[in-house]
Amino acid sequence: MSIKTEEMVLNMGPQHPSTHGVLRLELVLEGELIRDVIPHIGYLHRCFEKHAEVMTYPQVIPYTDRMDYLASMYNEFGYVVAVERLLEIEVPERVEYIRVIMGELQRIASHLVALGTYGADIGAFTPFLFCFRDREKILNLFEITCGARLLYNYMWVGGLSHDIHPDFVRLTKDFIKEFKPNLKELNDLLTFNQIFVDRTANVGILPPDTAINYGVTGPNLRASGVKWDLRRNDPYSVYHKFDFEIPIGKGEKGTVGDCWDRYYMRVLEMYESLKIIEQAIDNIPEGDVTSAIPKRIKPPEGQIYARVENPRGELGYFIISDGSVNPFRVKVRAPSFVNMEVFGELCKDHLVADVVAILGSIDIVLGEIDR
Amino acid sequence: MGLLDKQFTDDNIVVTKVEDLLNWARLSSLWQMGFGLACCAIEMMATSASHYDFDRFGVIPRPSPRQSDVIIVSGTVTLKMAIRVKRLYEQMPDPKYVISMGSCSNCGGPYWEHGYHVLKGVDRVIPVDVYVPGCPPRPEALLEGLLKLQEKIRNETLVKEAV
Repeated sequence: MSIKTEEMVLNMGPQHPSTHGVLRLELVLEGELIRDVIPHIGYLHRCFEKHAEVMTYPQVIPYTDRMDYLASMYNEFGYVVAVERLLEIEVPERVEYIRVIMGELQRIASHLVALGTYGADIGAFTPFLFCFRDREKILNLFEITCGARLLYNYMWVGGLSHDIHPDFVRLTKDFIKEFKPNLKELNDLLTFNQIFVDRTANVGILPPDTAINYGVTGPNLRASGVKWDLRRNDPYSVYHKFDFEIPIGKGEKGTVGDCWDRYYMRVLEMYESLKIIEQAIDNIPEGDVTSAIPKRIKPPEGQIYARVENPRGELGYFIISDGSVNPFRVKVRAPSFVNMEVFGELCKDHLVADVVAILGSIDIVLGEIDR
Repeated sequence: MGLLDKQFTDDNIVVTKVEDLLNWARLSSLWQMGFGLACCAIEMMATSASHYDFDRFGVIPRPSPRQSDVIIVSGTVTLKMAIRVKRLYEQMPDPKYVISMGSCSNCGGPYWEHGYHVLKGVDRVIPVDVYVPGCPPRPEALLEGLLKLQEKIRNETLVKEAV
C-alpha cells in the first residue's frame, strides 16, 4: 500500500547560488519527488528589442553583447552575420578567420564557466578554480585584441573594431599548448570522478525525440545523440574550410542524454574548438579588417533570419528593415530560452537534490532568457 | 599572528580602543552575499576565483543574506528584481554594507534611456556605500571598491553623534 502525501510547493530563487542568475522556480513536490516545475523568468528583462528599435544598426551590437554575457563574441557574430546578409556585403577573408578564432576561443571560455560552475553547484569546488584559471588566459587574449574582458563590441558590420595584436598568434599558440594538459587535468578531477559520475549519470535523461519536439539545440541536443551542428549543417563564415568532428552523446556512463552526457559534450567540444583554432591560426590571410565596413548602414527594405551555433545552441536573429538606419524589429531566438522549456520535463519524478544537477547541465544564461 | 607567534617570554597585553578593534574585525572578514544579477556577476565570480582571489581580503561568498555582511549588487536591477533586492538587504544582519558594482546598478548604465523595466540606480531602493563604475568593472576595480569600503569601516565610530 502506498502512502499518499500532500503536495507541497517549494520556492527556489531568484536569489539562489545554483540558479545561474535570477531564475525563480516553483517546485511542486510530493514528498521528495518533483511532480511539476513552474519557472518564473523576467527578473533580468533588459528590453533588448526596444533598444534595437531606437538604435542604429551598429549601436545594437553592444546590446547583443549583454544578452548572453558568457559568450559575447558569439552574440555579436550572429548579429553581424545577419546584418551583412541583409546588406549583401562581402567580408574580407581575414575578418572571417579572426571571427572564427575569437568565436571558438569564446566557446571554450563559455564552456569552462559552465563546467566549473556545474561542479561547484553539486559540491566539487576545486574544478571551478581550475576552470577560471584557464578562462583568465582566454580573457587576456581578448583583452590584448580589443581592450575588454567580458563585453567586447569587437565584431562590427563588415569588419572588426581592431586588427589582432602582433603577439596574438604566438600567445594563442602558447595558450593551446598550456590548455591541453589542463583539460586532461579537468577530466581527472571531475569528469571521470566516480562521485561526480554517480551524481550525474542516469539523471535527467533527455530522449532525442523529446529534445527535437521542444526545439532544444546545441550541446544539449547533441548529448541526446542527434548530430546537429549549424557550423556543419548550415555553414556560415568560413567554417566549411575546417576539419572538425561533431561529438554526440553515447551514454558512456549511463543512458544517452543524461546529465553526464550533457556535461561531457562540452568537454569534447572544447577539444574540437581547439582543433579549429589550430587550423585557423596559421592561415590567417593578410588584409585590412576595416576596409569593408560601410560608411553608412542603411539596408534595403526586407527581412532576414540568420542563425549561428552559439555555445548554448542555435542563436538566431530575425531582423526586419524598413529601409531606415534603425532596424524596425530585431527578434532573437535565444538558445537558453528554448532549452529552458524542456527543464520541467526533465525534472519530473526526480528528487529535489537533482534539480540543481539538471539545471546546471542545461547551462542556461538568464541574460539571454530574459533579454 | 604568524610574525608574533612564540616571540615573547611572558604573556602580553595589547592596548587598543574598542572602536579600533571592532572596526578591524569587521573590515577584515567582510562576508559577501553570493548573489549575482547579470554580466557583472561573472566578473564578481572571476574576482573570487583563482586569479584575483577575493579570499585574501577575508571576503567569502555566503549563500544566505542572514550570514553576510556585504551585498555586492552586481548587475542590472530590474523593477521586478528591485523588490527582491530590497528584501534581501533587509534580511541581512547589522552592520551591513552595500557595494554597487557596475554602471547598471549605479545609474541604469546603457539601459538608462530606453530601459522601461530597469531601475535607474540601486540607490533608489537600498543605501549604497561604494559605487564601482564600469561596464563591467574589471576585477581590479571591484577590489579597489572593497578597499574603499574597508577604509570607510576603519573610520567608523561608536561614539554618539553630538546633537
